Amino acid sequence: MRRLLAGVALAGVALAGAGWVLTAPDPVPEELLAGLSGDAARGEAVFTAAGCASCHHAPDSEDRLVLAGGQSFPSDFGTFRAPNISPDPDHGIGGWSFAQFANAVTRGISPEGQHLYPAFPYTAYAQMAPQDLADLWAYMATLPADATPNQPHDLPFPFSLRRGVGVWKLLYADRGFVLPDPGTPDLTRGRYLAEALAHCGECHSPRTALGGLDRSAWLTGAPDPSGRGTIPGLTPDQLDWSAEDIAYYLESGFTPDYDSAGGHMVEVITNFAALPAEDRAAVAAYLKALPEGGRLD
Amino acid sequence: MKMTIAAAAGVALLATGALAQEQDLSGNVKARQGQFRIMAINLGILGDMAQGKTEYDAEAAQAAADTLVAVSTINQPPLWPEGSSEMDMDGTRAKAEIWDNMDDFASKWAGFGEAASAMQQVAATGQEAIGPAMGGLGGACKACHDTYRAPQ
Repeated sequence: MRRLLAGVALAGVALAGAGWVLTAPDPVPEELLAGLSGDAARGEAVFTAAGCASCHHAPDSEDRLVLAGGQSFPSDFGTFRAPNISPDPDHGIGGWSFAQFANAVTRGISPEGQHLYPAFPYTAYAQMAPQDLADLWAYMATLPADATPNQPHDLPFPFSLRRGVGVWKLLYADRGFVLPDPGTPDLTRGRYLAEALAHCGECHSPRTALGGLDRSAWLTGAPDPSGRGTIPGLTPDQLDWSAEDIAYYLESGFTPDYDSAGGHMVEVITNFAALPAEDRAAVAAYLKALPEGGRLD
Repeated sequence: MKMTIAAAAGVALLATGALAQEQDLSGNVKARQGQFRIMAINLGILGDMAQGKTEYDAEAAQAAADTLVAVSTINQPPLWPEGSSEMDMDGTRAKAEIWDNMDDFASKWAGFGEAASAMQQVAATGQEAIGPAMGGLGGACKACHDTYRAPQ
């Protein structure tokens, strides 16, 4: 009996130990970043396509390039607040290294080695090309610094435990692109923009009970996390606009019947409007290539 | 017993009061949504020409632009009474923030007026002038919807 108890205790310790190891942050391999040198001019387009300003500009600011943070994002798990990612060395990310930046953006790991909450779409950014990441870092260093301190998230227990995000990552991170084999260069670009940089799935795909994206219903729409209204589906069975209509919407904000975008989509259109027309056409082509009902997995 | 009747009567009075008020405001909401429909129809005439979906027609473009300017001159405050936000009633996507920031809301409406006037100046000058002016109008719509229109 004593041996059994000891065995159970040992197994418990081993399990806890294994859990601790499994939920530990898994950083970007150094060789992936070695030798990269960023081009700030190219990074501007990456920054625009990735929609960084949409969430990180101050709530009441018209200046989208001052990344002071402070916008609130309500969810089923509590309210997240976007941090300051301006180049301020104390309150922003000006004191970070490129490796620390790369780990935050593509792995959701803070410079202190903690998990970041997936309100930050790092599972999408994980697909970002390393050169784009370097260019983005170079560009963001040129933006104005702002000394606004970060505001804490407002999360109830157990979501307040960051280690728990390690479990979440085991389930939902490192999954790669959703649409397999895009075939043409146009679709490859559209997939990269929609799935990685512009992270469309974060709002337009439904989530599981644990807040992971349901990749078996990719871009089929979801309840609005604010609790009011729904975010529309984008698969061809739900969005029957032509590819030209979609591209024009991303440029102008006008739907085919000349209604106009509202809410957070306005920020998205501001970004897409600043990208080349080929990029908007590529995203439109990607959406038209999605299967009905979003069944890709 | 008397108290209960009085209380019930009071509740009934309040309820009919609330009901009457809601009915009143639905007319205001219809009116403001109507003006946005007029906008959308005329933006459609211009936008379809800009995209080459329909043939450019200087006279029709000018009429559409003139109509947009006319809509921009409609006095707005009576269409946006207190108590007509999406939090107060169904059938509207007007966010409560409008009533917290009336001055800013008014300046966003003025922004639409400026964009409509810019379109009015160029609408009859040729098809290629309409696209950029549509961009200005789209920007004005977005500037307001960003903050003051709730998602569907």
